[in-house]
Amino acid sequence: MSHLTLQHYWWAIIALLAALLVFLMFVQGGQTLIYRLGKTSNERTMIVNALGRKWEFTFTTLVTFGGAFFASFPLFYSTSFGGAYWAWMALLFAFIIQAVSYEFRSRPSNFLGKRTFDAFLFANGLLATVLLGVVVGTFFNGANFSVSNMNLSRWENPAHGLEAVLTFSNVALGLAIFFLARVLALLYFMNSIDHEPIFRNAKKQLLYNTIPFLVFFLYFVIRLLFIKGFAYDPKTLEVSMEPYKYLHNFLQMPVVLIIFLVGVVGVLWGIISSLLKDKTNGIWYAGIGTVLTVFALMLVAGYNNTCYYPSNFDLQSSLNIVNSSSSKFTLTVMSYVSLMVPFVLAYIWYAWKAINREKITESEISGEGEGHVY
Amino acid sequence: MNELLDLSLVDWSRAQFALTAMYHWLFVPLTLGITFILAIMETIYVKTGNPEWKKITKFWMKVFGINFAIGVATGIILEFEFGTNWSNYSWFVGDIFGAPLAIEGIMAFFMESTFIAVMFFGWGKVSKRFHLVSTWLTALGANLSALWILVANGWMQFPVGMQFNPDTARNEMVNFWDVFLSPVATSKFLHTIFSGFELASIFVIGISAWYLLKKREVIFARKSILVAAVFGLISSVFVIGFGHASTQQVAYHQPMKLAAMEGLYEGQNGPGLIAMGVLSTKKTDPEYKQLKDFLFRVEIPKGLSVLAYLNTTQFMPGIKDLLDGNSEHNILSAPEKIARGKMAIQLLKDYKMAKDDGNAEEASTLRAKFMSDDFQKNYFKYFGYGYIKNPTDLIPDIPMVFYSFRIMVMLGTYFVFFFIFTLLWLTRGTLEKKKWFLRLALITMPLAYLASMSGWILAEVGRQPWVIQDLLPTVAAVSQIGVSAVQVTFWLFAFVFTLLLIAEVKIMTKQIKIGPKDGGH
Ligand code: HDD
Ligand code: HEM
Ligand code: HEM
Repeated sequence: MSHLTLQHYWWAIIALLAALLVFLMFVQGGQTLIYRLGKTSNERTMIVNALGRKWEFTFTTLVTFGGAFFASFPLFYSTSFGGAYWAWMALLFAFIIQAVSYEFRSRPSNFLGKRTFDAFLFANGLLATVLLGVVVGTFFNGANFSVSNMNLSRWENPAHGLEAVLTFSNVALGLAIFFLARVLALLYFMNSIDHEPIFRNAKKQLLYNTIPFLVFFLYFVIRLLFIKGFAYDPKTLEVSMEPYKYLHNFLQMPVVLIIFLVGVVGVLWGIISSLLKDKTNGIWYAGIGTVLTVFALMLVAGYNNTCYYPSNFDLQSSLNIVNSSSSKFTLTVMSYVSLMVPFVLAYIWYAWKAINREKITESEISGEGEGHVY
Repeated sequence: MNELLDLSLVDWSRAQFALTAMYHWLFVPLTLGITFILAIMETIYVKTGNPEWKKITKFWMKVFGINFAIGVATGIILEFEFGTNWSNYSWFVGDIFGAPLAIEGIMAFFMESTFIAVMFFGWGKVSKRFHLVSTWLTALGANLSALWILVANGWMQFPVGMQFNPDTARNEMVNFWDVFLSPVATSKFLHTIFSGFELASIFVIGISAWYLLKKREVIFARKSILVAAVFGLISSVFVIGFGHASTQQVAYHQPMKLAAMEGLYEGQNGPGLIAMGVLSTKKTDPEYKQLKDFLFRVEIPKGLSVLAYLNTTQFMPGIKDLLDGNSEHNILSAPEKIARGKMAIQLLKDYKMAKDDGNAEEASTLRAKFMSDDFQKNYFKYFGYGYIKNPTDLIPDIPMVFYSFRIMVMLGTYFVFFFIFTLLWLTRGTLEKKKWFLRLALITMPLAYLASMSGWILAEVGRQPWVIQDLLPTVAAVSQIGVSAVQVTFWLFAFVFTLLLIAEVKIMTKQIKIGPKDGGH
C-alpha cells in the first residue's frame, strides 16, 4: 500500500474510534441523569450499576483513541496536547474522578461520601462530553498554533486551549454531544433496566433532551455547510481557504454523505420509535446512527484534501493527514496490528452477551445475586 | 531544538511526570501479581469444588477491584502527559514510541477491561469454566499492558531499530522487531512483572498474617498464605535473576548510570561491588563537585565485574573516564561528544536552510553527508549532546541512584528468605505461634513497595539528563508552556491523587476488617 493509502486508512480508524467514543459517551450522559431518574436510593443504584458495567469500556476507548492518534499522527499529538494544555488537562481531570467513583461510591468508609462520588460522576458526565465536543470543534474551526520547519509546534494563544472553550461554534458541538449522550443514555436505560418507574421517567426525559440536542446539532451542521474550509493542494501541500469546503466534501464524496444521512436518520428513528411506541430497542438505532454520523463528520474533516487541524494563526502550519502522519513503515506495522480489532470486537461482544443475558432488576442490586454491586 | 530553555519549566514538568508515574506505580504492581494469584486460587476452586476457595478468591478479587479503579485513573494521565508536557518528545520519537502505546490499548487494555467485567459480574451468570478463563485472561491482559509500556520505556533507555529522517526532523522506525525484542526491553519486562508478582505475594501474606494475629479467619489465611508463598518464592528467584540481567544491560548500554549506581568514579579492571556504603558530603574532585567521598563501604572484590560481565577482569569505566575520555579504552570525552553533537545539529539546520531557500543542489549534498554512514556513526550518534551545556550535567543524581539500588537489592535478597521461612513454618503448622514473624510480615508489605519504587527511581533518575539516551535530553523534550501552568497542574494532581489515595486506603482497610464474609459484593 502506498503511504497515502495508509494515511487514509489510519484516518478512517481514528474516525471510527472517535465515533465509537461518542456513542459510548452514553455512560457520561447517564451519569448526569442519576438523580433526575432515580427517585429512590435503590433506583439510583440500579442506574449506576447499569452504567458501571460499561464505563470501563468508554474509558479504554478513549485511551486507545489517544494511543492510536499518537502512533498514526504524532504531529497532531504534539501540537494539540502540548498547546491546548488546559482543554486537555480539564478533560483528563474529568476522567480521573470518574474512574474511582463507581468502585468507591458505596463502599463503607469511603472517606468522601457517596454524594461526593456521585457529584464526581456528574462532573465527568458534563465536562467530558462538552470538552470532547469543543476539541472536535477545533477540527473544523481551527486553533492558534504554528509549526516550524523542524516540525516543532508553538501555541500562539496565551490561553492555551481555554480560547477554544470561548468559541461559540465549538461549544455548540460540545453541547450537542452532551445532549446526545443523555439521549443515548435514556435509550440505554429503557433497554437494560427492568423497572417500570425508571422506564416512564426516562421516556419523559427523552423528549426534554432531544429538543436541545437537535437545536445545537442542526446549528453546527448547517453552519458547517456554509463556512470556508482549509483546503490543501495535494501536490505542493499549500493550504488555501476554500468557500463551502465541507459542503463540497459531502458532494464530492457521496458515500460519506450517504453514511451521514443514514446515521442521522438512525438517530432520529431510535428516538422517535421510543417516544411514540413503547419500544426498548431504540438504543440500537440511535447508537449505530451515532457511530455513522460521527464517522462521516470525521471523514469530512480529514479527507478530500482538507486540513483536519487548521491553524488560524498561520495557514501553512495547518495539519492534514499527509503532513502530520507517521512514516510509512510505522503505519504499515500498525496496520498489521489493526487486523486484531475484529477479533477484539468479537470477544467483547461474546463476553457482554454472556453477562447481559438478564436485565438489571431490583433483586440483583439489593445483593441477592452473586455479582459485584457498585 | 528550542532556543528558549526554561530550566524551571523542565524541573516542574519532571516533577509532575514523576509524581503521576509514582502514583500509578503505587497500584500497578499489585494488579500485575494479584490477578495471577486470583487465577490460581480460582483454578483450585474449580478443580476441587471446595466453596472455601471460592470465598478466598472472591475476597481477594474485591481487594483487587479497589486497587484497579485507582490504577486506571492514574494511568490515563501518563499517556496524555507525553503530549501535554513532553510535546517535543512526542514529535521527535512519536513515530516509534506511539506504536507500543497504541498496541497496548488495542491488545491489552481491552482484554483486561472486558474480562474484568466477566470476572466481577459473571459469577453465577456464566459457566464456571468461562469465568475461570476470564480470570486468567484478566491477568494476561494486565501483564500485556506492562509488556508494551516497558517496550516503550526500554526503547528510551536504549534506542534501536530507528533512523533519523532529516526531512521530517524526527526518528523513524525501521525495524519493529529490533524495538520489540530489544534486550533492554526484555529484561526490563521480566524483571518488572516478577517484581509485581513478588509484591502481590507479600501483600497477600501480610494481610493474611494480620488475620492470624487477630486469630480470625484462620483457615482462609493459611490457604491464602500457601498460594502466595509458593508463588512469591518462585517469583523472587526470577526477580533476582532478571535483576542481574538488567544490571548487565545497564552496563552495556548506560555506563554512566552504572557508574553512578556503584559510586565508581575512576575506571577499574574488575571493580568490586559495594554491598553497603554511605556517601559523605566531602568532595573528592575539585572539578566534579557531584563526586562525593564514601564514609564507609563494604566491598565484594570483583563483584561488579562478575555481576555485569561474568568475569573478574573486565574494565569498567568510571564517571571520570566517561567525562574526561579514556583513549586506552576508546572512550570519547564529554566535550568531544558535545562538539560532535553540535556539528550534527548544525548540519541539520544548514540542510533545512538550503531546502527552504530552494537551493536544491546544496540541500542534496548536505543531506547525503548527513545520511552517510560515517556521519551517522560518529556524529549523529551524539546528537543529544549538542544540547548539553556543561559536561557535569551528564552526571545523574548519585546519592539517589546509589541508595535506591542498594535498597532494592538488599530487600530483594531479604524477600527470598522471607518466603522460605513463611513456607517452612506454614507447612510445619507453627506459623500462627510465631507472633514476631507475623508482625514482620506486616512490616514487609511497605518494604515491598519501597523496593519496587526504588527500582524505578534507579531506572529513571539514573538515565538523567536523557529522555532518550544520547539523543534527546530532558530539557529539549519539554512542551513550551508557562511554568505557572505546570505548577498549577502539579498541585492539582498532588491534591486529587492524595485525596483518592486516602479514600482508597480507608476503603481497603475497612474491607479487610470486614473480612472474607460473603456479601458486601
Ligand atoms: C519488588 C521489587 C524489586 C526487587 C526486590 C528488585 N527489583 Fe530491580 N527493579 C524493580 C523492582 C525490584 C522494578 C520496579 O521493576 C524496576 C524499575 C524499572 C525496571 O525495569 O524494573 C527495577 C529496576 C532495576 C534495575 C534498573 C534497570 C534500568 O535502569 O533500566 C536494575 C539494575 C535492577 N532492578 C536490579 C535488581 C537486582 C540485582 C535485584 C536483586 C535482588 C533487584 N533489582 C530486586
Ligand atoms: C508512562 C508510562 C505509562 C503509561 C502512559 C500508562 C498508561 C496507562 C493507562 C492509560 C491505563 C488505563 C488503562 C485502562 O483504560 O484500563 C493504565 C493502566 C495500567 N497500567 Fe499503566 N501506564 C504507564 C506505566 C505503566 C507501567 C510501567 C506498568 C507495568 C509495568 C503499567 C501497567 C498497567 C496496568 C497493569 C494497568 C491496569 C490498571 C491497574 O490495575 O493499575 N503501566 N496505564
Ligand atoms: C510506573 C512506573 C514508573 C515510575 C515510578 C517512574 C518514575 C519516574 C521518575 C521518578 C521520574 C523523574 C526522574 C527525574 O526527573 O529525575 C520519571 C521521569 C520520566 N519517566 Fe518514568 N517512571 C515510570 C515508568 C515510566 C515509563 C514506562 C515511561 C515510558 C514509557 C517513563 C517515562 C518517563 C519520562 C518521559 C520522564 C520524564 C522525563 C525525565 O524526567 O526523564 N516512565 N519517571
